[in-house]
Amino acid sequence: MELIIDSLLSALGLIVSLDRDVLSITGRTLAIATVSTVIASAIFIPAGSLIHFHDFRGKSLLVNVIQTLFSMPTVFVGLLVFVTLSRDGPLGGLGLLFSPAAIVVGHVLLISPIMAGLTISALRGVAPEIRDTAVSLGAGRTQAIFTIVREARYGVTTAALMGFGRALSEIGLAIMVGGNIRGYTRTLTTAMSLETSIGNFELAMALGIILVTLALSVNILVGRFQQRQQR
Amino acid sequence: MITIRGLSKRYDGHDALRGVDLDMPDGSVTAIIGPSGSGKTTLLRLLDLLEQPNAGSITWDGKESPTSEDARLAMRRRIGMVFQKPVAFSGSVFDNVSYGLRVRGHDRRAMRERVRRALETVDLAGYESRSALTLSGGEIQRVALARTMVTEPRLLLLDEPTANLDPVSTARVEELIGRVIAELRTTVVMATHDMAQGQRLADRIGVLIGGAMLQVGNPSEVFNLPSSVHVARFVGVENLLEGVIESGEAGIVNVRVGDRLVEGVSELEPGVPVFACVRPEEVVLARTQAPTSARNAFAGVITATASMGPLARVVVDCGFPLVALVTARSALELGLTVGAEVSASFKATGVHIVPR
Repeated sequence: MELIIDSLLSALGLIVSLDRDVLSITGRTLAIATVSTVIASAIFIPAGSLIHFHDFRGKSLLVNVIQTLFSMPTVFVGLLVFVTLSRDGPLGGLGLLFSPAAIVVGHVLLISPIMAGLTISALRGVAPEIRDTAVSLGAGRTQAIFTIVREARYGVTTAALMGFGRALSEIGLAIMVGGNIRGYTRTLTTAMSLETSIGNFELAMALGIILVTLALSVNILVGRFQQRQQR
Repeated sequence: MITIRGLSKRYDGHDALRGVDLDMPDGSVTAIIGPSGSGKTTLLRLLDLLEQPNAGSITWDGKESPTSEDARLAMRRRIGMVFQKPVAFSGSVFDNVSYGLRVRGHDRRAMRERVRRALETVDLAGYESRSALTLSGGEIQRVALARTMVTEPRLLLLDEPTANLDPVSTARVEELIGRVIAELRTTVVMATHDMAQGQRLADRIGVLIGGAMLQVGNPSEVFNLPSSVHVARFVGVENLLEGVIESGEAGIVNVRVGDRLVEGVSELEPGVPVFACVRPEEVVLARTQAPTSARNAFAGVITATASMGPLARVVVDCGFPLVALVTARSALELGLTVGAEVSASFKATGVHIVPR
């Protein structure tokens, strides 16, 4: 118990004193998760919309597969990215393995089903009357789609936030393809794992408090947006 | 002139519309009445070009409905529809009312004045910046009306415009619809299950039952001279006396109903099986013995009574069950209670005969 209280107090000290290591790791983690989320949003929110607004054979199967992939194990994505980016892999020539870019690639893959799947759910949640009303009032196909996406905007934002949260707090792939290199690919989760294993509980605890705070903040935002979407 | 011929629509093996014919002259107001699920909404959706019919045609001044997506959009932009359950887009009331103008590429400044006028017409002046999601049901209905009329449609479609409203809001929305119709001077088709609403707002009524257009005519025609027993039942003729024409002369016939004779107006020949339709408000009840010589006067016993606000519904057994509507006051004064002996009478001109 003493150990926990002591490390908690020291951890708070590290955060309050704006420790350089803590700051740089936090900043890097946020940067990587943000870049991953932006790239994934740019690709998979439109992809989800495309799936929603088109009827084709195997659509419901595809949506089911996407939803199943929400909980894809991070280490499996790590493995895929590793073998793809390793020197003998198909994209080995890019020399991306053990770089922040490799983590971003992994994150984008990891959160793509969440982005596309939640976008589809959000669009499905828009009352069919909205589409009829838009079309009846003279909207063309593209204008009607734009109106529906606009009605689903809170749900779509939730999709992005959920992806961001997942990227922020996963460890498997960050350690496999990032390598936990100090000052380069070390993130909140990989750093916590390392510091704990070498007995540096104060730093691990400080990073943990920050991680939990960030994750909770994201969840609070998600909750707010979901409430708005339902109204 | 908009002309519908042989219009049919199937959904999943169910016929929503079967060979409907209807003419809508420019500037006419047509009410499509019928029970829920009779195909009214389907008819309006086909007119709004939201869906394609399985058979039949809609022609606009003699020209067939377009088939290409672009041409249908251009056509649809000349039609406005207010849905049964109107939804508001998230955003302000201005955003909602100006939607149709924005998708047509109007500039924002010109819109402002048109939106202001439309909101004034529906008694929502000054509501522009209100969030549409905070409006009440009646207000959303009025925003939907403004949102449609602001595009000045050549054909205005109203689907059950007051179905979800309380009586006060209904009266108000009806008044506004009357105002919009007068202002736009456009062709209007409205669906309603409320016969009286059709009478109040429309100059023509089409009765759509089970996907078939059973009768089209002016309101008093449909109300007083229903073409079939189905129409009669829907427009509130409660007494449908099953019988056979026994004799007839000069447009007046005697119909045998059980062991009684009912006199009515018809050109049908003796021997034809018919229904004699008597509106319950045509039936007069009295406590005196009916003179035996009087036509359409029957002695009977009251078997049931029900209060309907200012009216009372009284069922009399006079060889056949006969429903009468009397004022609650006279029911009280005459002592019209179950078991009371009364005489029921109605004029021969109040009896409309339809073939079975």
